[in-house]
Amino acid sequence: MSLVLEQVSKIVDRKVHIHPVDLTLETGTLNVLLGPTQAGKTSLMRLMAGLDRPDSGRIWWNGQDVTGKPVQQRNIAMVYQQFINYPSLSVYDNIASPLRLRGIPRNEISKQVHKAAELLKLTPLLKRKPLELSGGQQQRCALARALVKEADLVLLDEPLANLDYKLREELREELPRIFTESGAIFVYATTEPTEALLLGGHTAALWEGRITQFGPTLAVYRHPRDMTTARVFSDPPMNFLSFTKSGHQLQLDNAQQLAASGPLADLANRSFHAGFRPDRLTLQPLSEHDLCFQVQVTVVEITGSESFVHLRYGEERWVALAAGIHELRPGSTIPVYLNPEQVYVFDTEQQLVIAPALAA
Amino acid sequence: MAEIHLKQLAHSYHPHPSGVQDYALKEIDHVWEDGKAYALLGASGCGKSTLLNVISGLLHPSQGQVLFNGEDVTNLPTEKRHIAQVFQFPVVYDTMSVYDNLAFPLRNRGRDEATIRQRVGDIAEMLELTGELKKKARGLAADAKQKISLGRGLVRQNVAAILFDEPLTVIDPHLKWLLRMQLKSLHQRISNTMIYVTHDQTEALTFADQVVVMHDGYVVQIGTPQALFERPSHTFVGYFIGSPGMNLLPVQIEGTQARLGELKIELPGRYTIPAGRKTELGIRPEFVSLSRENRGHSLPVSIQHIEDIGRHRIVRAELAGHALNVIVPGDVAVSDDCRYLDFDRSRINIYADDWLQEART
Repeated sequence: MSLVLEQVSKIVDRKVHIHPVDLTLETGTLNVLLGPTQAGKTSLMRLMAGLDRPDSGRIWWNGQDVTGKPVQQRNIAMVYQQFINYPSLSVYDNIASPLRLRGIPRNEISKQVHKAAELLKLTPLLKRKPLELSGGQQQRCALARALVKEADLVLLDEPLANLDYKLREELREELPRIFTESGAIFVYATTEPTEALLLGGHTAALWEGRITQFGPTLAVYRHPRDMTTARVFSDPPMNFLSFTKSGHQLQLDNAQQLAASGPLADLANRSFHAGFRPDRLTLQPLSEHDLCFQVQVTVVEITGSESFVHLRYGEERWVALAAGIHELRPGSTIPVYLNPEQVYVFDTEQQLVIAPALAA
Repeated sequence: MAEIHLKQLAHSYHPHPSGVQDYALKEIDHVWEDGKAYALLGASGCGKSTLLNVISGLLHPSQGQVLFNGEDVTNLPTEKRHIAQVFQFPVVYDTMSVYDNLAFPLRNRGRDEATIRQRVGDIAEMLELTGELKKKARGLAADAKQKISLGRGLVRQNVAAILFDEPLTVIDPHLKWLLRMQLKSLHQRISNTMIYVTHDQTEALTFADQVVVMHDGYVVQIGTPQALFERPSHTFVGYFIGSPGMNLLPVQIEGTQARLGELKIELPGRYTIPAGRKTELGIRPEFVSLSRENRGHSLPVSIQHIEDIGRHRIVRAELAGHALNVIVPGDVAVSDDCRYLDFDRSRINIYADDWLQEART
């Protein structure tokens, strides 16, 4: 079974919300839509669900054309950022409602409701009304209802965004397990790269109405096809630096020259953008080939075990994530180091040229 | 700018509280230093907003006093407390320009235009809003609006304190980085007393000099980010700080050893725990290491699941029938056939009835 979007687009008030997109989602998979607010995540979900009709393209469900088929005629469950439950029904009845609609026998309903409640830690709350619950509990109730529905397609639109951080962490750990047990296609929208990584599965990076890349989550994270995907899929933000390769040198915009070593030595003589994740920018050199930059400290944030050192290098804003506590004075100039093996290189069209080799 | 003394303060939403369980904020007595940044951290319903509202004057406490620089403000309304507030959702006037929005709190207090121009200019500079000053607030994106909200909170000089109530919750991750960093920079420059309420540990830890962790109406620890990470004084702090939080294992203590089922774990010192108290060993996932071979005193473990989350991996393991998380850095190998683990002994904490115990050396 699969859901196929073929050149699907959406235009609202003459503004393109979704540029023509091709996407194939297989049954039993978890698919993350990752992108900032207004990248098109919700628009895409509404098209998948049949809540909106595409302006072009076709949507196929198991080889059948379902373009324009309304949501009521398809077996779809949705969970939104805002908790939606029936306020007059108990938690039990809320979860049971889609099963009752299908005429499932009473004892089977009870079995399924209790299973879902157990999974989402709602068992002690089954008799309560939604408004007597905390936000997190209400959202878990909505999730449980979506799960028991045994829908073919489950759409989750930033379902954890309104929950407490710690509860989010726990649900993120649980959800992939819940998803793999169900045979449905799950689509999960989020603005947070960390959430995509914790959920695993596949990720589609979205930016301004386009899917810039779709693939296994870690593959997209490790091999972003272009700078936009790299930006979308990094938290803390990826650091960037422009340079021109010239002979054995890297020529920087500020006239500094660095020796081109490691994979950088093989680049053609032209201009590039280097991208590197904050944990790869270090306060101590790790090898004799490390590139060294004199940078200015803006501010240091300490998490208790690590330090986020915010830096300025000319016009560039960088972050170095260092293990341990580093009290550095704002305004001071320090050297930072970058192992050339750990650099992403993009060409002037912002397409990936080199990705770092995988860690062991 | 003010030192804030929360004197024998407690609050109950019940008109006639019958016991401690009826208090949303259990009694506290703290002095918060002038010019420092504090974060109130905890889950929904822990009492952090109650405490913030008592400080801002939105709530009159059931007992105790709030003192600003020694002056009792308990009976003063919010507007007489000289505080600035920033809320979760941006509060901006859509029809006004960014400049007029920032100037509003100053004009309201009758400052002259020259002072206002200077002050708004400074704040806009710090928040990187200089280029936007002439624009109407209406067409701006949510994060730009929240920047204006922050700016309005920061623009007044000589406020006793600036209170932030989940100010970055609605902001996208990338911009959160930027705003958090700017806020921290600002605090270092203007060193006002700041109080920041959040459920997000990263925001609390990165922003604050001192983090006030609340749980179930109690303040369970006030400490630096480092202290909360290394020496959580309560099991809740261990759990709440860190992703995943601290591992807690039920043990029996025998001098310098802890017994976990059949296993013996060497401790950093000698502990004496009176009988009948719930005793737990706490060790953070960062301080557990896995190996294929027994390294001498290694403990046998079985790996359930390895989650690669890019920068590092979270290993879900089982030790003597108990779930245990291990964080493995990106450059360290790990596989399902790692059957042993070791704790970094110096990082072990022992808890009795949820409270940290001191070792006797």
